[in-house]
Amino acid sequence: MHIPVEGTGPVDHRLRRRAAAALQGALPPGAVLVEDEDTRPYECDGLSIYRQSPMLVVLPETEEQVATTLRTCSSLGLPVVPRGAGTGLSGGALPHSGGVLLSLAKLSAILEIDPRARTARVQTGARNLAISEAAAAHGLFYAPDPSSQIACTIGGNVAENSGGVHCLKYGLTGNNVLAVRGLTIGGEPVTIGSAALDSPGLDLLSVVLGSEGMLLVVTEVLVKLMPKPACARCIMASFGDVEVAGKAVAAVIAAGVIPAGLEMMDQAATRMVEPFVHAGYDLNAAAILLCESDGTAEEVAEEIARMSEILRAAGATRISVSANEAERLRFWAGRKNAFPAAGRVSPDYYCMDGTIPRRHLGHVLRAIREMEQKYALACPNVFHAGDGNLHPLILFDANDPGSVERAEAFGADILELCIAVGGTVTGEHGVGIEKINQLCLQFDAPTREAFFGVRRAFDPHGLLNPGKAIPTLHRCAEFGRLHVHQGRIPFPTLPRF
Amino acid sequence: MTSPADVAAVLSGLTEQVRAAAAGRRPLRIRAGGTKDFYGNPTTGELLDPREYSGLVAYEPTELVLTARCGTPLVLIASVLDERGQMLAFEPPHFGASATLGGCVAAGLAGPRRGAFVPGAGGVRDFVLGAKLLNGRAEVLSFGGTVMKNVAGYDVSRLLAGSLGTLGVVLEVSLKVAPKPVAEETRSFELGEAAALDQCATWAGKPWPVTATAWYGGRLHVRLSGAASAVALACDAFGGERTGAADGAAFWAGIREQAQPFFRRQLPLWRISLPATAPPLALPGEQLIEWGGALRWLASGADAAQTRARAAALGGHATLFRGNPGSAGAFTPLPPALARIQARLKSEFDPMGIFNPGRMYADAPG
Repeated sequence: MHIPVEGTGPVDHRLRRRAAAALQGALPPGAVLVEDEDTRPYECDGLSIYRQSPMLVVLPETEEQVATTLRTCSSLGLPVVPRGAGTGLSGGALPHSGGVLLSLAKLSAILEIDPRARTARVQTGARNLAISEAAAAHGLFYAPDPSSQIACTIGGNVAENSGGVHCLKYGLTGNNVLAVRGLTIGGEPVTIGSAALDSPGLDLLSVVLGSEGMLLVVTEVLVKLMPKPACARCIMASFGDVEVAGKAVAAVIAAGVIPAGLEMMDQAATRMVEPFVHAGYDLNAAAILLCESDGTAEEVAEEIARMSEILRAAGATRISVSANEAERLRFWAGRKNAFPAAGRVSPDYYCMDGTIPRRHLGHVLRAIREMEQKYALACPNVFHAGDGNLHPLILFDANDPGSVERAEAFGADILELCIAVGGTVTGEHGVGIEKINQLCLQFDAPTREAFFGVRRAFDPHGLLNPGKAIPTLHRCAEFGRLHVHQGRIPFPTLPRF
Repeated sequence: MTSPADVAAVLSGLTEQVRAAAAGRRPLRIRAGGTKDFYGNPTTGELLDPREYSGLVAYEPTELVLTARCGTPLVLIASVLDERGQMLAFEPPHFGASATLGGCVAAGLAGPRRGAFVPGAGGVRDFVLGAKLLNGRAEVLSFGGTVMKNVAGYDVSRLLAGSLGTLGVVLEVSLKVAPKPVAEETRSFELGEAAALDQCATWAGKPWPVTATAWYGGRLHVRLSGAASAVALACDAFGGERTGAADGAAFWAGIREQAQPFFRRQLPLWRISLPATAPPLALPGEQLIEWGGALRWLASGADAAQTRARAAALGGHATLFRGNPGSAGAFTPLPPALARIQARLKSEFDPMGIFNPGRMYADAPG
């Protein structure tokens, strides 16, 4: 018994030829990729354990070409999967075997930086970091900074409502986007939000942000820019026990401080990254906290002194404060390179993304330790400690028989534990295809049906990124049966390696 | 505090009322404390009063999260937070002692701090983490959660902020709360409208700890809040006339609650939301400007079409906040593509069109 996934399996070549002809007739030469060798690079996103050949790939260069693509697909009833840089970690851009993979990477222009209004108007394929680079000349920056910021696009950030290491203080993508311009599946342009702080009617931006490309194809984004703080310094605090470190985080928050960044790494994680990054982490500590303050030099000095005192009182065994910008960046380099480091110490890794109420941290980490034994796989942890967002990195070797299945089952156990302690299966990576079964556990049937209602309001025939993010009633019923009677094999129809 | 049995009984009463109304296609007028009756278009229907569905569900200061039922008085929430040195960072107006959390979220109105130049400023929706909603099928839906970061499912809980009860009864809300600033100072400056707007834009371009601005009667008031050293440094740099701590707090409460004399004149009051850097409005009437220029209150008998056209030309929109909206409606009409999406959303949540008909828009459902 297995639960089929919509849009997986072999491509229908007759349908491919027909769809290709329709799209090629409407788009410039070279905009439609048809042959397997051309479409192969698009068969997965950042979650490479799931792969699927797209029927076709379309690479528009203008919004008008996006509209033409959508109108054509909508009239032929073809599913459309939008894709940015393909760095997503939940399979949100996994192609559809009977649909078009719509790559928005070529719509990458930074259209306008308005330094006085502190806004940037950019095309959907603009890279996250490119926005801050363009704004730097004006002393401004775009705050959300997911680890993939060198490569990921703003459109992808909107789709996932991405976070980063500074979102406790600066907010998520959703708190930093003023407006999006997009196209409905019928190719009709809509602008949601504005350069003002609110807009008339229902606040549609709330549901579009984080909607995983299922409501609109976003073509342009108006983001807020922030003045670059004059100064930033970072504390590295060592703890002999993970739970004590968790309580130290609570103590900082209870004292009324909102640090610019507040991250935790356990010993397995520091030992994993240190050989590659030489961040200077305390490898004898059970956990380290990175605790950053930014602002004016005076403000930073005041906050660093205050936080150091709180951390010491909460049981820190060693405290060092970055002496200069190079050292601060080195502290962060270790954290920001945790995923690549996992890729270097292990042939494969699987990154989880649950968020929990912070008070359950000790219990959750202990349970993950036990799961390491159960599944015979190692799992270092990095943690956006300030906002409770865990990133356990399950290390495995796909060539080791059964290891992929164990990694998946391990991941599913972690997600279910996050729900059990009152948290969520995804803090910032999205549900995509990866966590779709666990959504059956997190939301009841009427709530899931309401999600489909939201989807119908935007896309009545469900052609945008079908099969992602929200599980059908049928899937949840099947999952319930599997869950109880047989281990967990989420997507048996997808090839794995 | 209400016992669990009472809570369940109240909820089942509300559910029954919705079920019966939907079965008979009879409209319901959702109203708790009635402090925001003036806001939006008039609506009719049988009263649904959710005030008995009240009480704090959870508050964990170190998690920065508070969850309460809709009937919980806003003053109670403010005092519970205050005891732990925390606050609602969107500084909602109460407009009366009987204001409730449900009404606050449904109205979606934020106060002076919404226009802060500091990181973490935002409107009601930016602080909503989760919500329970009683929909038009008499089902209780549960969106979002009680954690800071959560991208599971569409973020319907934030959509409820400012929905004016048109999608259903907001039953329970989880909010992200914030620590109160350590230090606070208010300064004021003699400045004309254009110069005040210009001054705000200049301040906003640097990381100054500005958490509120208000200009009226030729004077710009600015609130600085944050770390003591940051506030002291800004005070030195800004200069201006110092307002004492008590007077400063009273002044900003007066802006938030619209108790200032400006808000008491016998003229329609327009709420005009613009890009902060938009030039002076140049419409007849008197103004009070907040949010660094992004919110312009206009007391004016000016024609609705003229006011809305000017707001649109400046990149924003105009709401008739107080006064008789008549046929022009309280809110700026939506472009057709958005109006269609919103009408469909409304009918997904409220298929019989029973909740607050016409409160937001007159013709289409909702």
